[in-house]
Amino acid sequence: MKNTHVKRVDLIFERTECKEVFAKVITMKPDDICQEILESGLKGRGGAGFPTGLKWRFTALEESDEKYVICNADEGEPGTFKDRQILDEVPEKVFCGMAIASRAIGARTGIVYLRGEYKFLLPKLNKALDEFHKLMKEFKHDFEVRIRLGSGAYICGEESALFESIEGKRGEPRNKPPYPTTSGLFSKPTLINNVETLDYCVMIMKYGAQHFQELGTKDSRGSKVFSVSGDTPRAGIYELELGMTVAQFVAEFGDGDTKAVQVGGASGFCVPRKRFDETIIGFEGVPTGGSMKLFNSSRSMYNVLHNYLEFFTEESCGQCTPCRVGCQQLLKGVEAVKKGEKTSKYLDELLKLSRTMKIASKCGLGQSVGNAFSSIVENFKEEIIY
Amino acid sequence: MINLSINGLLVEVPEGTTILEAAKKLNFRIPTLCNHDDLCVAGNCRVCVIEQLGARTLTAACATPVSEGMQILTNSLKVRAARKHIIELLLSEHNADCTKCYKNGKCELQNLANEFSVGDHLFLDLIDLKDYTIDKFSPSIQKDDSKCIRCQRCVRTCEELQGVNALTVAYKGEHQKISTFEDLSMAEVICTSCGQCVNRCPTGALTERTYLDEVWDAILDPEKHVVVQTAPAVRVGLGEELGLDAGNRVTGKMVAALKRLGFNSVLDTDFSADLTIMEEGTELLMRLKKVLVDKDESVALPMTTSCSPGWVKFIEHAFPEYLPNVSTCKSPQQMFGALAKTYFAKVRNLDPKNIVSVSIMPCTAKKYEANRPEMRSSGFKDVDFVLTTRELSRMIRQAGINFNKLEEDKYDSIMGVSTGAGVIFGATGGVMEAALRTAYELVTGREVPFENLNIEPVRGMEGVRKASIMIEDCKPEWKFLEGVELKCVVAHGLVNARKVMQDLKDGKLDVHFIEIMACPGGCLGGGGQPIPTNEEIRRKRAEAIYEEDMSMEYRKSHENPEIVAIYRDFLGEPLGHKSHQLLHTHYKERDRY
Repeated sequence: MKNTHVKRVDLIFERTECKEVFAKVITMKPDDICQEILESGLKGRGGAGFPTGLKWRFTALEESDEKYVICNADEGEPGTFKDRQILDEVPEKVFCGMAIASRAIGARTGIVYLRGEYKFLLPKLNKALDEFHKLMKEFKHDFEVRIRLGSGAYICGEESALFESIEGKRGEPRNKPPYPTTSGLFSKPTLINNVETLDYCVMIMKYGAQHFQELGTKDSRGSKVFSVSGDTPRAGIYELELGMTVAQFVAEFGDGDTKAVQVGGASGFCVPRKRFDETIIGFEGVPTGGSMKLFNSSRSMYNVLHNYLEFFTEESCGQCTPCRVGCQQLLKGVEAVKKGEKTSKYLDELLKLSRTMKIASKCGLGQSVGNAFSSIVENFKEEIIY
Repeated sequence: MINLSINGLLVEVPEGTTILEAAKKLNFRIPTLCNHDDLCVAGNCRVCVIEQLGARTLTAACATPVSEGMQILTNSLKVRAARKHIIELLLSEHNADCTKCYKNGKCELQNLANEFSVGDHLFLDLIDLKDYTIDKFSPSIQKDDSKCIRCQRCVRTCEELQGVNALTVAYKGEHQKISTFEDLSMAEVICTSCGQCVNRCPTGALTERTYLDEVWDAILDPEKHVVVQTAPAVRVGLGEELGLDAGNRVTGKMVAALKRLGFNSVLDTDFSADLTIMEEGTELLMRLKKVLVDKDESVALPMTTSCSPGWVKFIEHAFPEYLPNVSTCKSPQQMFGALAKTYFAKVRNLDPKNIVSVSIMPCTAKKYEANRPEMRSSGFKDVDFVLTTRELSRMIRQAGINFNKLEEDKYDSIMGVSTGAGVIFGATGGVMEAALRTAYELVTGREVPFENLNIEPVRGMEGVRKASIMIEDCKPEWKFLEGVELKCVVAHGLVNARKVMQDLKDGKLDVHFIEIMACPGGCLGGGGQPIPTNEEIRRKRAEAIYEEDMSMEYRKSHENPEIVAIYRDFLGEPLGHKSHQLLHTHYKERDRY
């Protein structure tokens, strides 16, 4: 890494004339749109990081009388609040991103699945939606977007649980395969993208894949919006070029006493100070959906871990054994070690359990509980035990 | 065809096959808990996880279709470690008080724990941290949340097979549980007591309410005369609980065992099944006459059967506007009960208050039915205790009877003689077939025009079956039926009942007679029958039922000499005054949740 400072970028919140972008898109062949997105190197900004262009192409290749474009706005990862800002400031760009996707894959219906707590955004979104539908009419593009509110379950941000929720069922993840691109909402091919991803798609169509590709690294192209919180004098939302190390990030946002950064929220990884230099924020290092939480030396990492485990114990949907019972065991287990009811050796058993949860749980939630658990326990063992 | 390797062995299977099935083909059994032959895939217990080379995570074998070139390991280090963890996790949340559990020895979780030699508790016991309850309010089903492993088999059963949705998943995370509408007891919700969930629960979370001790007390009380009746389907199921394969008929041995257990009179529900045919067949013909001849618009057609108490409760909840369509006939169990303490008591010169009436049923809803307040027309509780097939097998084991070595014995009389028509009540389509055998002959004077009286179109395992029979050359008193094509529908499993009733409601169904059995396969697949169950097992039981039918001296209800006698000596005629008093009932509308 040559540059010592993090580079600010302004794409997501840049005011953009969606009409102009869409005028360009509507003349393009659907597969060329997929190709453009693919070439940009954009990976899903929800956290999992699947190449967006590939997802679009897979959905485009499916033959079906009905396909859906879904915008995942169920932003629920602890410490993430960037989608809310995007929807608040530039909702038209998110809708435009959906329209571009609809053109690429051949969908007539779009649904924004909005986190229930973001209900206050509805008036603004509905207004923007009216404008958007007028625009679609102008282009004679048959695409309509509806907004569905979630009901407060973290798990409904998981794509297949989100589909279940829209279908009026209990929000529980499905078995995969089949993947959404072949069988998603109402068992139809479905393209589901995060709010931020859709916004970037607009910018890629506006400036071209090349422009986006020039930012970031080989594995993590472009920039990303970060929600910065915790022990920082600069809490807020920042769009930064990908490829920086945690050290660079801390230099910019830390309070001078940062001992750890939780990258990616409760389901992400805890990076301790000794690893700041070597850890890249991105798909080659620690991926993140945007949550960056800084902890200084006044914080007990036991409390941090306990808090995350409480969160998962509550927010697991409860259907699969490793996640439902595993979370409870991790939580009660660290409590027992803290109280001295179990020896410190028990932490090793719990680490093994967290590995089982990582490989045997049904969905991404259960699979990622182990991330925070093992990275905190392994790096801050003394704080957990004593 | 797809080629893959499992534990290094190559196998070729059709596309769409799951890894679990492919492994079965190579004789590798992958353990499962949430998986069930009758239900859609859930993939939530995770016991069946296997390793797919190159994959980041383990894969649920039950939920994943094979793909070309897959390399699967079902017993790798990774798999074994994860599987053992999962079993330990389930046990940590489970009230593993096995020796005191009703399902001890028959619990799938217990078997797995044994197989994986789970020793000391690896993890913390979570049981005491939870506020578990045991729901004992239903007379049929007991629900003990402390033994639930959240496999959701019961939920899927209630939804997919029965279309009832009494059981559902509630809350999330550590609080997730299987519950009912507003956490009400099973007795207060739309639960039909069918017990299909009990048949599929892998642990002791859902069991029948048992009345074994009460029955033993009655048997061992010298003052009491204990009458027992056995339902048609019990004789083709009981063997499975006592070491025999599915499809074995054990009628004679069962009778012998009941006598050894000390029941004073061992009688047959098949007798009252024949009686049901006389009453219900006549009721159908009278309804047809009132509609076709008298043009009486107050009479409801099509008429539906009423022998399945799960079905009766279902329609009371879900389609109460069609209650006038339900035959007013009591079920064979309750007809029997009403007669046991009247007709039987009179003929045998017994004081009805000293008679204890017990029935052995393939059913849990029968327990509920016996407790309905209407079911006291003898002046007493008509049927005192209902035991399932499973409970009977337990009694036989408790008494140390070597069942398979028993000499076959015969039912006592009176109310012990029956016909093949009574026997086939145990299979879906059986009531319809029995009714047609009698009604057709009553109207035309000729036997039904089917080879060996076997009305094949109403038999089988298809969810909804339609059949019709042309009525020609009627006897003079039934001339109004001349040329009528009598149309019938047979459905089993309440999800199919719902379809039939919805079609009827939508005006898409034009029939005269509907037979509905709450349970898949009819009574032979009832909630009180041996566990496990699947379609193959039910098919075998059905074959046994029809073999039993063919083996009977009489095949038509109206030819049963004891039926002829009871009308001559006691009842008078079908639908007569006494019949109304003892053999018919009424229904009530219930809440829709």
